[in-house]
Order: sequence, then structure tokens, then C-alpha cells
Amino acid sequence: MDLLTPELGLFFWTLVAFIAVFLILRKFAWGPILDSLGEREKGIADSIATAERVKEEMSQLKSENEKLMTQAREERSVMLREAKEMKERIVNEAKEQAKTEANKIIVDAQQQIQQQKMAALTEVKNEIGALAVEVASKIIRKQLSDADGQQAYMELLAEDIKLN
Amino acid sequence: MSFKRLFPLLILVFGLSGFGNSSFAQHEENHEIASVEGAESAHEEKKGINITKLVFGHVSDSHEWHLFGLKDEHGHEKEIAFPLPMIIYRPGKGLSFMSSSHFHFDHEHESADGKMLSTEYDGLYIEKQMKEKVLAVDGSKVYDLSITKNVLSMLFGVVILLWLMTSAAKKYKKGAIVAPKGFQNALEVVVIFIRDEVAKPNLGNKYVKFMPLLLTIFFFIWVNNLLGLLPGGANFTGNIAVTACLALIAFVVMMANSNKHFWSHLLNPPNVPFLVKCLLVLIEVMSLCIKPVALMIRLFANMLAGHIVILSVICLIFIFALLNVYVGGGFVIVSLAFSIFMFMLELLVAAIQAFIFANLTAVFIGQAMEEGHHDEEHGEAIHI
Repeated sequence: MDLLTPELGLFFWTLVAFIAVFLILRKFAWGPILDSLGEREKGIADSIATAERVKEEMSQLKSENEKLMTQAREERSVMLREAKEMKERIVNEAKEQAKTEANKIIVDAQQQIQQQKMAALTEVKNEIGALAVEVASKIIRKQLSDADGQQAYMELLAEDIKLN
Repeated sequence: MSFKRLFPLLILVFGLSGFGNSSFAQHEENHEIASVEGAESAHEEKKGINITKLVFGHVSDSHEWHLFGLKDEHGHEKEIAFPLPMIIYRPGKGLSFMSSSHFHFDHEHESADGKMLSTEYDGLYIEKQMKEKVLAVDGSKVYDLSITKNVLSMLFGVVILLWLMTSAAKKYKKGAIVAPKGFQNALEVVVIFIRDEVAKPNLGNKYVKFMPLLLTIFFFIWVNNLLGLLPGGANFTGNIAVTACLALIAFVVMMANSNKHFWSHLLNPPNVPFLVKCLLVLIEVMSLCIKPVALMIRLFANMLAGHIVILSVICLIFIFALLNVYVGGGFVIVSLAFSIFMFMLELLVAAIQAFIFANLTAVFIGQAMEEGHHDEEHGEAIHI
């Protein structure tokens, strides 16, 4: 039983030392350690939450970007299509215009040709008429020197008048 | 003679079973001394007896820090030990300080019942049996507040603890969210373990208040357990005065934080017939008192037993060497292997017992301040 009886001195010193250690460590060790452990845990949790939020924002941005890209692509294709259409329209219009212009020119030319032809024909007719008159006058002068001739000529003229 | 040779083994058996039946061992011891007269055999037998004294001398407190014994040319034993300061309070005489080197033990002073008495100094002498007691020559009351081996060992432990913890804590003041380095890593694991496995489950949301106490209990016991394992170290935590003190602190904290619900539940259990109630209250009050006692004995017995086993295993070498030098030499390997195993086990036990003490303190405090919303839950926490 000797070992089971506590000694007063050891009990006393243990009590004093334990309480001293407790008070000192509470102030200078456990306090700071526990505080900063809590703070760090909170900090890490916050950082993770922030990272998560940023990730979400990033993915949102990315999806937005993609949306913008597809929109841009669509716009581009629309613009291209429109440009193509416009080009075709312009070309067609130009062609049409050219065609009508050409037609007009052709018609004008044909008219002019007709006119020229008619003028030329009239001139030729006049020329031929004059020549004929001249030839006729020459002949007449020669024929009119005799009576028969005069007669025939008169008939001829008469016929000519009838013709006209 | 064969019985005499077996005697140290018997002591070992008693040693293994803790501190049991020491009176019987002492009786045998006296028988040895009385019967052995021849110089040669007395020499051998004294060695055998010394092992008992050696084991219990190591596990019990002392007024000097004993290192080893030498023998001079006349066969007289000479003890090499550091004297320690003694502080004695005597009513009427007041405090007196002295060195333990003033007290000398002689085998001639050994009394018939195995007590060893020291020389007298300043009206005092030390009576050494299993423990050392400072007594006055005139029989008056003496209060011994000496810095004994255990107190000094504890002071070493306290210095180490304060130095380690405050130097680790300094690193935290620099900035909160910095990755821990070096010793901080090791410390944090333990602090978080105590917080998440001991404090939070047992104390609920009030755990913050008790963290310093639980951490101090854990590290105080752990550091001192480990110091006790060092060769030449003192068996501080295996001393009943120490564990009684720690248990008392835990009990006081428990009482200081007990709430109305706890006491009403304890002294007036609801929905119980009167006669059963009387019995129940008696049992509850007893269980309340047993809680600190259980704390006290658990740590004490575990550490004491561990020390005794390691010492005994080492002593086996010398016991076998007494039988035969070659047997003793051969047994060195067995004994060393076993003591290394025991040492590893004790390293583990040092941490486990510190954890259990802190954990049970938390459990008891948790019980005392439990709020009364689950009446059906009467289950006691697990006692390890």
C-alpha cells in the first residue's frame, strides 16, 4: 500500500506546475495556435469558395463567349450571303441594263440604217430618174427631129403619165 | 537454496502484477537477511534483494537522483547520486531548506521490518521502505515539500513543454494563412486531433472553452510519460500523487461546469419509484466520485506497470547471470529483444494514456454540462 499513498510534496508541486503551465500555454501557445488554426481553416474554406465562384464565372464567361462566337459566325454568314446576293443582283442588273442599252443601240442603229438606206435609195432613185430624164431627153431630142418620132414620143409620155 | 534462487523470480512475478502484495515480498526479504550469514552467499543474496530494491527504487520517488551504485575494495556499496534540495515545513519551526546529501543510508541502520533509516540532520531523518518519508526525530508533524526526483523531472518536462509550444506558437503570430512548417506540422496534427476527436464530440459547441485545458492535460501527461521512459528518468506519471492531482483538476473543472440538469438528474431521477430512487441516487453519487478515481488509477497503474515490466525484463539478465555467467550472457539477447518490444509498447502507451486521460476528462465535463433534451439516454461513455 506504500505506493498507493500520495506524497504531499509531489502533489503540491504537480498542482502548482500544472496550473502554471496551463495558464502560460493558454495565453502564449494554445490561444494563438487555435486562433490561427481556425482562421486558416476559414481562409482555406473561403479560398475554395472563391475558386469555385471564379470557376463558375469563368464557365459562364466561356459559354457567353461561345454564344458570341456563334452569333458572330452567323452574322458573318448572313453578311456573306447578303453580299453574294447583292453582287448577283448588281451583276444581273448591270447585265439587264447592258442588254437594254445594247438593244436600244441596235434599234437606233437599225433605224438609222433604214433611214440611210431610204435616203440612199431616194438619192439613187433621184439619180436614176435624172439619168433617165437625161437619157430620155437625149433620145427625145434625137427622135423629135422626125415627125414619127415625135408621135411615138408623145405616146410614150402619155403612157408615162398613165403610169404615174 | 533453490528457493532462495527462485526468490528474485517471485519478486518479478509480483512486479509484473503491479504493486500487489508487496508486504509478502518484504516478509521474504527479511527472512533472507536474517538467514544468510556467510560472506559469500550473503554477497550473492544481496544482489538478488537489490533487484527488488532496484525496481521499486526506480519507480518510486526519491530525495536524490540516483544514477548507479559502485562497490569499493572492501565490498561496500557506494551510491552515485545527485543530491536534491529539500524543503521541509514544520509547524512551529517554519520552512527549512537543506540538501539531501546530509542524509546517509547505511545497511546497518536497516530495521527488522525492512525499513532503512538515514542519519539524522537538523532533527530529521528519512525512512526508506518502498517510499522515502521524512520524519522528525521527536515525532512531530513534518510536511515535505522537497524538490524530489519526480518534481525535478516534472520541471524538466514543464520547461520542454513551454519551450516547444511557445516557440511553435510564435510562428503563428506572423500571419494567419501561411502553410505550417517543421514542428508546426507535428503539433497541428495533435491539436486538431484533440479538437476534432476529443473536444468536439464530447463537449459540443462549447468545446472552445475547454481546448486549452484538454491540450495542456494531453501534452503535460505525454511529455512527462516520455521523459519517464528515458534511461535514468523518473516515474513521474506513474506516481499516485501526480495522477491524483490531475484527476482532481479534471474533477474540479467538471464540477465547476456542471449544470442544473446534471444535478437534478443525479439527485432526483425522473419517473422512478421512491425506493429505487434512493438506491439510484446512491449509485449515481458513488459513480460521480469514482470518475476521478478511475482517471487517477488508470494512468498511475498503466505507467507504473510499464516501468516495472521494463525494469524487470532488464533485471532478468542479472538474475540469470547470478545462476550462471553464460546463461546470463545468453539471456541478454532475449531480454534486450523483449525490453525493446516493451519500450516500443510503452512509447505507444505514453501517447494512448495521455489521450485517454484527456478524452475521459472531456467525456466527464461533457456529461456534467449536458442539456436536458434526451432523458432516455442514460448510457455511460465508454471507459477504456
